[in-house]
Amino acid sequence: MSSEKIDVRYVAKLARIALTDDEVERFGAQLGDLLEHVDSLAKLDVSAVSATAQVVESRNVERDDAITPCLDREVVLAQAPQRQGGFFRVPRIIAE
Amino acid sequence: MSNTPIERSAAQIARDVNARSLSAADVTETMLAHVAAVDAGIGSYLTVLDDLARETAARVDARIAAGEHLPLAGVPLAVKDNMCLTGTRTTAGSKILEHWIAPYTATAVARLLEAGCVPIGKTNLDEFAMGSSCENSALGVTRNPYDAARVPGGSSGGSAAAVASFEAALGMGSDTGGSIREPAAFCNLVGFKPTYGRVSRYGLIAFASSLDQIGPFARTVEDAALAYDAMGGHDPMDSTSIDRPLETTAKHLRSDLSGVRVGIVKEFATGGLGAEIDALYAQAYRDLQALGAKLVEVELPTAEHGLATYYLIAPAECSSNLARFDGVRYGLRVDGADVHEMYERTRAAGFGPEVKRRILIGTYALSSGYYDAYYVRAQKARTLIAQDFERAFASCDLIACPAASSPAFEFNAKSDPYSMYLMDYYTIPMSLAGLPALSVPCGWVTPPGGERPMPMGLQLCGPLFAERQLLAAAHAYEQKTKHAMKNRPLLATAGAPSGSL
Repeated sequence: MSSEKIDVRYVAKLARIALTDDEVERFGAQLGDLLEHVDSLAKLDVSAVSATAQVVESRNVERDDAITPCLDREVVLAQAPQRQGGFFRVPRIIAE
Repeated sequence: MSNTPIERSAAQIARDVNARSLSAADVTETMLAHVAAVDAGIGSYLTVLDDLARETAARVDARIAAGEHLPLAGVPLAVKDNMCLTGTRTTAGSKILEHWIAPYTATAVARLLEAGCVPIGKTNLDEFAMGSSCENSALGVTRNPYDAARVPGGSSGGSAAAVASFEAALGMGSDTGGSIREPAAFCNLVGFKPTYGRVSRYGLIAFASSLDQIGPFARTVEDAALAYDAMGGHDPMDSTSIDRPLETTAKHLRSDLSGVRVGIVKEFATGGLGAEIDALYAQAYRDLQALGAKLVEVELPTAEHGLATYYLIAPAECSSNLARFDGVRYGLRVDGADVHEMYERTRAAGFGPEVKRRILIGTYALSSGYYDAYYVRAQKARTLIAQDFERAFASCDLIACPAASSPAFEFNAKSDPYSMYLMDYYTIPMSLAGLPALSVPCGWVTPPGGERPMPMGLQLCGPLFAERQLLAAAHAYEQKTKHAMKNRPLLATAGAPSGSL
């Protein structure tokens, strides 16, 4: 672990958030500060420790493959930013 | 018992409504009038649900008239605005959901309504529950009912402020790293985070799914217990919900602590919170002892790494959960030349700075080349923290420690993000270990430069599924000390001057 400088523009692209130049500078400094703090974890010996994703007992949950009531399509589409017929409409994804 | 119905406890309101000496409709009308008079000065609610409250109250009265007994009959309820309630605006405190109407109801909310609660409104929060003061809300300012120049805490600050200012008898919060316990401490309330998985998360807008847990705010331990008993239990709609019978709590409250071993955390007991606050907690531990508890020293050597662990795991999970806000199916959309630009502009306009920071740090911690160094290492640290608690609970039944290191602070006092994160120092380790924990009022301190005494909270924490023992102990402490009763909130009615930012 090291507190090398984060390439904020690259990370923002992965996260699909447009940043202004001002935000790039400000977030870059703030995230750098935070990484310095979390670097304290490097002091812990975790070589013989397993990772915990969830603390409380958990097991795979299955249910019968039966149709149960769900939201009506009209209810779901009613708040779509843009719709066309029974679909969500989005900008073209695949070029012509 | 107060003569004003809205100042009565939830337990008392339910008794009165079940006995038909009070109607749910009357409680609701009095409450809506009180909210209309005082909420301009507090800002608890983002949306007040006048019509739904009246309709629900009428249904509660009809059920009582038909002979039903409802454990929370007519109890006015404040719902944090990251929980869905059919037909109501549900914003998560964010511009990206500012106009979104929930098409279904969260299980925990539905269960409280089924038990007789009347929803008064949806309360303010830090955007997507990320914060410790409510200052990260994109939609409103909430003030501390005990000093309008101070924050109510967060992220569930609106629900805490509502219950503290008698704008509801019960509040619903969600706690990911302290978001129920810290605002409860700041607002002179009992705030309870149950064991992870005990209360369904279905219909709770996700922040960090392995940590998020819904729980109650109340002015008494008994009320918190009644709320927990009504909202808890298995739900097939949440696959992480615990599938074993709920141990109810309200009928098992105690008035002494004989036979209870209370662990005092060595690493937290070194002082350093200032003489007055250190003395206050020392007195709280002596009060537990006077109730019959045996105090034992326990060690949580990894707890000091809780904050670092949390600020990798929670942002990692949030970066994944918040990917769904992309402008396609609901919420804000900002158009762009292509679909990628649409995503990027929508999220740039819809999320506030703290949410962006957390998505960025989480994306970074999960990105190729850093995943093992940050995310996996944090998950291993989480294992060590949980093991610390397991060892500690071999020699004690409950752990007592501060809920927060200070009373409520003034607006804009924590402009550096990390100083805000430090507010959750004492609450995060329990969240990482999934443990049940609560804050109960433990005294008052006048902060430097402050004019009024502000409340402080004692945190009690138990092993997994120890809800019954935890609430029983908190009740014994509350009944002996009665700290919450020593001061009243300042409530300016509409038109009267209130504090300014």
